Amino acid sequence: MKAAVQRMTSSIPIRFNASLIQQQGAFIALVLLIIYASLSYENFLTSQNIINVLKQNSMIGIVAVGMTFVILTKGIDLSVGSLIALGGVLSAYLTNVNMILALIIPIAITALLGMVNGLIISRGNLEPFIVTLAMMIGVRGIVFIITGEQSVIVTEGAEYFYYFLGNGLFLGVPFPVWLLLLIVGISWYVLKMTRFGRHTYAVGGSENASQLMGVKTKNIKVWVYVISGTLSGLAGIILAGRLGGVAQPVAGNMWELDAIAAVVIGGTLLAGGRGGVIGTFIGVMLLGIVLNVINLDGTLNSWWQPVIRGLFLLAIVIIQAKIMNTKKLKT
Amino acid sequence: MANSNAVVSETKLKKQTEFPLTKAILPAIILLLALFNVLVTENFFALQSLWNLLILISTTALVAIGMTLVIATGGIDLSVGSIMAVAAVTSTFLLETNLFILVAGTLGVCLLFGIFNGAVISYIGVQPIIATLAMMIAGRGLAQVATEGYLISFSNPAYGFIGKGSIAGIPVPVLILFIVAALIYTVVKHTTFGRYVEAIGDNERAANLAGINVKLVKLIVYSIAAVLAALAGLIETSRLAAADATRIGELIELDAIAAVVVGGTLMTGGRPYIWGTVMGALLMGLITVTFIMNDIPHPYSLVIKAFIIIGAIFVQRKK
Amino acid sequence: MLRMESITKKFPGVMALKGVSFEVYPGEIHALMGENGAGKSTLIKILTGVYQRDGGNVLFDGKKVNFKTPLEAQEGGISTIYQEVSLIPNLTIAENVMLGREPKTKWGSIDWKKVYKEAEIILSSLGITVDVKKSVNEYSTAIQQMVSIARSVSMKAKLVIMDEPTSSLDDKEVEVLYKVMNQLKAQGIAIIFVSHRLEEIYKMCDKISVLRDGSYIGTWKTSELQQESLIARMIGKSEREVASLSDKREALDKSGESVLIQLEGVKQGNKVRNVHFSLHQGEILGLAGLLGSGRSEVAKIIAGIDGKEEGTLQIHGKEVNLYNTKQAIQKGVAILTENRKTEGIIPNMSVRENITLACLPKISKFSFISKRKQAKLVDQYIRRLGIKTPNPEQKIKNLSGGNQQKVLLARWLALNPDLLILDEPTRGIDIGAKAEIHSLMDELSANGLSLLIISSEFDELIQNTDRIIVLKDGVRVGELQGEERTQDNIMAVIANEGGIGEGKEATVTHG
Repeated sequence: MKAAVQRMTSSIPIRFNASLIQQQGAFIALVLLIIYASLSYENFLTSQNIINVLKQNSMIGIVAVGMTFVILTKGIDLSVGSLIALGGVLSAYLTNVNMILALIIPIAITALLGMVNGLIISRGNLEPFIVTLAMMIGVRGIVFIITGEQSVIVTEGAEYFYYFLGNGLFLGVPFPVWLLLLIVGISWYVLKMTRFGRHTYAVGGSENASQLMGVKTKNIKVWVYVISGTLSGLAGIILAGRLGGVAQPVAGNMWELDAIAAVVIGGTLLAGGRGGVIGTFIGVMLLGIVLNVINLDGTLNSWWQPVIRGLFLLAIVIIQAKIMNTKKLKT
Repeated sequence: MANSNAVVSETKLKKQTEFPLTKAILPAIILLLALFNVLVTENFFALQSLWNLLILISTTALVAIGMTLVIATGGIDLSVGSIMAVAAVTSTFLLETNLFILVAGTLGVCLLFGIFNGAVISYIGVQPIIATLAMMIAGRGLAQVATEGYLISFSNPAYGFIGKGSIAGIPVPVLILFIVAALIYTVVKHTTFGRYVEAIGDNERAANLAGINVKLVKLIVYSIAAVLAALAGLIETSRLAAADATRIGELIELDAIAAVVVGGTLMTGGRPYIWGTVMGALLMGLITVTFIMNDIPHPYSLVIKAFIIIGAIFVQRKK
Repeated sequence: MLRMESITKKFPGVMALKGVSFEVYPGEIHALMGENGAGKSTLIKILTGVYQRDGGNVLFDGKKVNFKTPLEAQEGGISTIYQEVSLIPNLTIAENVMLGREPKTKWGSIDWKKVYKEAEIILSSLGITVDVKKSVNEYSTAIQQMVSIARSVSMKAKLVIMDEPTSSLDDKEVEVLYKVMNQLKAQGIAIIFVSHRLEEIYKMCDKISVLRDGSYIGTWKTSELQQESLIARMIGKSEREVASLSDKREALDKSGESVLIQLEGVKQGNKVRNVHFSLHQGEILGLAGLLGSGRSEVAKIIAGIDGKEEGTLQIHGKEVNLYNTKQAIQKGVAILTENRKTEGIIPNMSVRENITLACLPKISKFSFISKRKQAKLVDQYIRRLGIKTPNPEQKIKNLSGGNQQKVLLARWLALNPDLLILDEPTRGIDIGAKAEIHSLMDELSANGLSLLIISSEFDELIQNTDRIIVLKDGVRVGELQGEERTQDNIMAVIANEGGIGEGKEATVTHG
């Protein structure tokens, strides 16, 4: 078997860049899906539907952008879901005090907790998976404690503002969608055009070499978790806004997994050092449109949604693995 | 300290104090906590609560034992909770048959899921975390499709025996846990398979070159994890006398991973500590019980657990 | 320029450096010699800020310095070239050269045009022409090594430390490196050079300092220190003992013995293009060639690690297709690959477990491992190979390189193979252990084991084989038997053979 595969692959002069194919692969899949959906469902290409898809996926998109930074350094952040809940809940409480503080303090706190993640991981030289798992469990516990496991509603009058944060239109496009696009844009710029961005890739490519070449690897590792924490807190506030100013202590449950899935589908390797936020954006949209198509189709009951999502994720990663294997055999 | 992730490790400074957690600290903590309970918690020392505690942890511990093997090979299995759901639902389809067919059939179906996981990971080369994440999403989805999301309750004394019965005074789930733990421990300690699991986790490439069928070993490891998850699913379903595809085993993968880590097995792979894992699960269960019996709200135990996990990996981190 | 004064460094349980002092002057190439574990790498790591010293002073450029990180050392003018190339594989060549000091535009973003331009200038000043926009991992190890040298030179280093820089380079590339070194020397840059290859030490270095067991033994001018006395000082033995270490093996003609391995027209990608040879029972066959000649690739085909595209492989006269090492092992072929760390040892397992890893099925029943058989086997090999370990339960990663290599040899010998392939069996191993492994090879072949030896040190091949097959660019270009096995002949075969066609064997061969 192995030899047969080798023979086939090495006799065909394939020349491509695996990571490029991966990113383009997600892009091609997205285009194909959009073409299929627009031909099959007349409601798909309506502006209403498009805006809905974008809006529904904007928060997971924001979180996934943060996750991209982390995964680029070969890390992982399981705590984002709990930080979303914490961000939303704190924000809702603080509306009693001051609207501006209600926006700033929760994000500052989730950023700080991200920094704690990063510090423990980089200074303690500990596994990101476990450290952020502990953070995930611990923060969820804290959220439950401070809320008594009840939803928190913003102070009266603030709900309109929060509704705008989550749903309001600006130039015909919902506010969270603008926010996502802005964050993707900034992140793309940072990763591509700044020293911090390049060093993020360097750490993921080879931490030892980066360190020897003078990259402050520990600082980079701290900052990517700060970014992830910051964006999680922000997503939490928007999520509370989407529900009209109601923050739920169970918010963001399992979002870390959706975010990781989107990042991986978008072509960022869990092994670090390759990929980017544009891919992640595409990954988020792919997963979102798959759900949208299932809904538009309407023939499957809603229990099929996770099955199709799971199989779709599997199909994409299997194709990616196949491409990687071919590449490995070639070199 | 500043260079603790030393660029190139100097062979001579390796510390030899490995896994004190399993060897001494972990049992000590458990004993202390138990002692604390004996003194502070009312009715704690009644034999019944000991059994209850062990029954409580039996499902997590079973799942965690399978997870230990997976983690020892350097992998991870997020799908165990969903496989419990699949087991729960499958068993309800077999209620009309006898207990043997019910158990064998359920384990068999879940074994297929495990083989699928293992095949995708080892033969196709998908990262374990992603492959089992997909299975986690799809598996529970399938269980929900089969039940349309409804809770299926039943009355079946024979099936109930698995979760609620006892043999010679020992509750069946506890018995199952100890038999499984002893069995897997023996396999790990005394068989070639156990040696292979550890070698793969420590240096997969070298293991492969030493003639070990790495792919097959990995496939078996994920299969074992699935079967043990199915066993846990049967126990839980039997105890509830209902199959709840949505709730059963939810987040158990995290509890199991925590138990494994607290038990001393390294996340990066290497030697599996089966009894360490059982003790890890016991410690986590003991904390939960202590909090419940002393009327402390449950969320506080989550915070404590977070600190224990961090503490555990901090103590046994690689220098 | 650099003066280290009575440096001490303690690790738990060991005194790694016991008051080492030494001096380096501008524009000199200074060899730092010593066996593995002598303290060379510890000393270098203290100098470059990876470790902190426990005692002593470092004076650099007349100032007392105490670097806390490699970065500080680099900024202070000390750059290090490591044995394994330390670049970032997923970034471009230009980014690797400019990492950490990327030119910026007035907006604060990276000025990519300038990055590429400056990188190109730096590389071309050393005569390296590559596409700086390509990823590092698209280039060979040698190019990567050059890039990393170019990087450190451009960092305005006053002292460059080279830790076994040539271990992964072929001769041509080594020449380029020498040129670069001489260039640096002319600019007044000092070089500390660490290498196990005596030849290049004597060719390039002005002075030699020797460390042994963490102690400073002395510094000599290269011209005033004979090779024998250098070795004697490194290993602490008398010069006569050293001389006896390098006995040449009497070549034995085993062509009368039955053929164990027969390769015909083997091809795989562009690394192995046309290789044929046969290997007889009890023979020690050497595979000579430069890096990239396909010598390791051929070995990997025979051992089942890689598949072949064309040609046949016969073992014991039967044609076989091997898809993994397991099948090769079943056919009696075992391989000790060149990468001890990544492909050999299971670092956290004990010596006992490492020895028995491959032969577990032989000492177990119903897959239960027999404790008794295991202990017996392990004892036997520890004694037979003279593995120095406090006990069999010691983790292999705590052993020295030479002893790790012996454990791996034991792993394969425990299988009772017909053929044992040794790829660079003594790389990075100190001289004492090296001699032991060589005499062991001798003994094994006397007992009927066939050996296929690959080494980039032609001397090692000449002294330890019966016959040598020479490869060049994936093609067999010659064969040397008996007294023909000399360094000059190997070089001649490689140099004179330009074509890649079949049957064009060099003239020095004759049946």
